[in-house]
Amino acid sequence: MALFEGLSSRLQQITAKMRGKTRVTEQDIKDMMREIRLALLEADVNYQVIKQLIAVISEKCSGTEVLESLTPGQQVVKVVHDSMVDILNIGEQKLAVSPSGFTVLMLYGLQGSGKTTTAAKLARFLKNKGKKVMLTSVDTHRPAAMLQLDVLAKSIDVPCYIETANKDAVEIARHAVDRARYLLCDTLIVDTAGRMTIDQALMTELKQVAAVVKPTQKLLIVDAMIGQEAVNIAETFDREIGLDGYIMTKLDGDARGGAALSIAYNTRKPIKFITIGEKTDALEAYDPERMANRILGMGDVVSLIEKATANYDEKVAQKTLDRLKKNQFTLSDMLSQFEQVSKMGSVKDLLGMIPGVSSAKLKDAKVDDSIIHKNMAIIRSMTPKERDNPQLLNASRRKRIAQGSGTSVQAVNQLINQYQQTLKMMKQFGGFKGKKGRGFPGMGRGGFPF
Amino acid sequence: MGLLDKFKQGLSKTRDFLSNGIKQLGLAMGYFDENMIDELEVLLLQADAGSAATDHIMSNLRQDLKQTRDSSQTHVRDVLQQQMLEILGPRRTLLLRPDQLNIVLLIGVNGSGKTTTAGKLCLRYQSEGLRVLLAAADTFRAAAIEQLDIWATRTGTDIIRQQSGADPAAVVFDAVKAAQSRGTQVLIIDTAGRLHNKQNLMDELAKIRRIIAKEAAEANCQTILVADATSGQNAVIQAETFNKAAQIDGIALTKLDGNSKGGVALAIAQATRLPIFLAGLGEQAEDLVDFDPQAFVSSLFPEQL
Ligand SMILES: Nc1nc2c(ncn2[C@@H]2O[C@H](COP(=O)(O)OP(=O)(O)OP(=O)(O)O)[C@@H](O)[C@H]2O)c(=O)[nH]1
Ligand SMILES: Nc1nc2c(ncn2[C@@H]2O[C@H](COP(=O)(O)OP(=O)(O)OP(=O)(O)O)[C@@H](O)[C@H]2O)c(=O)[nH]1
Ligand SMILES: [Mg+2]
Ligand SMILES: [Mg+2]
Repeated sequence: MALFEGLSSRLQQITAKMRGKTRVTEQDIKDMMREIRLALLEADVNYQVIKQLIAVISEKCSGTEVLESLTPGQQVVKVVHDSMVDILNIGEQKLAVSPSGFTVLMLYGLQGSGKTTTAAKLARFLKNKGKKVMLTSVDTHRPAAMLQLDVLAKSIDVPCYIETANKDAVEIARHAVDRARYLLCDTLIVDTAGRMTIDQALMTELKQVAAVVKPTQKLLIVDAMIGQEAVNIAETFDREIGLDGYIMTKLDGDARGGAALSIAYNTRKPIKFITIGEKTDALEAYDPERMANRILGMGDVVSLIEKATANYDEKVAQKTLDRLKKNQFTLSDMLSQFEQVSKMGSVKDLLGMIPGVSSAKLKDAKVDDSIIHKNMAIIRSMTPKERDNPQLLNASRRKRIAQGSGTSVQAVNQLINQYQQTLKMMKQFGGFKGKKGRGFPGMGRGGFPF
Repeated sequence: MGLLDKFKQGLSKTRDFLSNGIKQLGLAMGYFDENMIDELEVLLLQADAGSAATDHIMSNLRQDLKQTRDSSQTHVRDVLQQQMLEILGPRRTLLLRPDQLNIVLLIGVNGSGKTTTAGKLCLRYQSEGLRVLLAAADTFRAAAIEQLDIWATRTGTDIIRQQSGADPAAVVFDAVKAAQSRGTQVLIIDTAGRLHNKQNLMDELAKIRRIIAKEAAEANCQTILVADATSGQNAVIQAETFNKAAQIDGIALTKLDGNSKGGVALAIAQATRLPIFLAGLGEQAEDLVDFDPQAFVSSLFPEQL
């Protein structure tokens, strides 16, 4: 499995083709923008939003810094990512509290998006913060909707007001407010029936409920799996009911959640929370950074790039590069490469952050970043002379190194093989022409243990 | 009202989107130029058809236009419809075998409409005069059993249930035994919502299927993936993953009555070749019809050009 799966790998392919060319052409940029468009479409970002975003991105990418960097593919991803974070970082992510001391949160959204479950999660969260919370459901439509909220409320020991026989949502809402005030609660969370925005009767009902409960915060509950329509839905709710922020649910799945970007872009409303499971504790703070990575389909790979650049010692890198150019690449250089890579953090952790990579699969897959450490140990067990003259490494020396590093002769052989492959690759490239080579061959297949 | 009309009416909002778009595009001039063809592509993408299905349709359309040099509205419409029909495949329905036990196993991600679809199917089979039994195999979600129980009461169907938290496989076992001894014709099993990337929940599903295979080898078991039509490209991954884990016979596409543009049907069919059996067109018991590719496709285009 490749680390740079998805967008960045596709961009890398394009930039690989660019390698050797002195200039990046307009076509190269166009190709990259096409890949970005496809990736965002795959993530369910709204088409119109993508179009506008691409215009901004291609402008930014035309800058020479991006295209002349060692890794233009990664740099383009970074530009895309940063532009997305800007959009996703909008507004106040904390829930507002009413100055009156009586805060009402009203949850609404499409059928099955997770309103009832989220209501209970919020109740639990606020209760743990010392709030005196009451829950209520005005869902008179779905079978057992009120009972569902009631069961959840009992499990977290929060009072819940329901009228299972009453079909008048507005009346229930009125009674619920009275009850909450009577119980001296400071927070009332109102769960409503699922509705499509094109359902005029239900939209009117929601308006009436809102008029009665006077929400401090009107929160749209959005399923992470939602498609292109998310934007219109959010805008319609915003126009007809009012929208203060939204909560994205089911992010424990592998949906990329592109709707987060579209909604933020078009409505300029913040995400308040995300939810990541069915249980009442599965509520999390929202992190624009991680959301952007997720939408791009690369877990926290961008953080990896950033971490890598932050930890990356430019001078060491340049020195290694110079040696590569002169075909003087030795095992010492390889060791310093490994050291750089290992600074980037645990590979397993990184893979785990990629949506779609289940932890179960990870257990089976042999992604073992101890290989890097093993390889470092092997090189460190060599004498400086051996590191600079690998041809010295005969069978008895290899045996000694294996013992010294706590590995096997086989592992030592493998490493030396890997080193020789790198050398061969460099020869194929004929050394590096130009001032800055693109890419870093030793670190390709050879450096990463997968 | 005939089923086909009902289907079309239920889709009216869905169809407005594409058909208005197409109308606007083509009507002014009576033919499609290069830009309008590009706009068609955008319409498909915005309807959640996904880039794979859209590319397929559009490249075939462009190739056709190159050969025929006919870019009149009617021709473009006909080619598009034909491409979509090819993707969706022939009309296939959820088939019961009259003389044996039929088991309909409803599976899918959280909130997609499984329980509601179970209730709707009860009404359908009850009104056909079949002996129907419900099994409440979602023992996990709060009040899931009670929700199904209300559907059972509404449609006058018997229900096999255990207490909340029970092993769903045990419920299925009970239900199969009950169905066999009662001479049930259709056993409808409602399962808990599960995200397909959760291995333990997928294993649970496999266990349910093993019980059915072992205890009711004689039965005609139809595994139906219930998918939400408002969802985007993740629906494709859902279909692929559930199909791998539990061999889906067909799909029930719910919530086609509302905000959905329905294009995800094309995305799923293009990627998986799985037939779409049923369409959910509302929250009421009668809001379920057989999915008809022809009617679906023609509903996406203006009736008159
Ligand atoms: N895996 C997962 N499931 C969730 C999450 N949030 C909600 N669910 C599940 O999604 C399904 C629907 O959740 P509900 O809370 O009933 O949704 P709702 O919006 O109230 O539905 P309606 O009232 O019918 O419109 C249930 O199975 C929940 O357990 C989440 O963050 N992760
Ligand atoms: N508009 C519309 N709503 C639907 C349709 N099918 C189901 N719903 C609604 O979607 C919501 C979720 O439906 P359920 O049947 O509870 O979904 P589920 O898959 O059983 O959910 P979990 O068991 O929690 O995973 C409910 O509010 C239903 O009324 C449909 O075809 N159209
Ligand atoms: Mg609800
Ligand atoms: Mg259910």
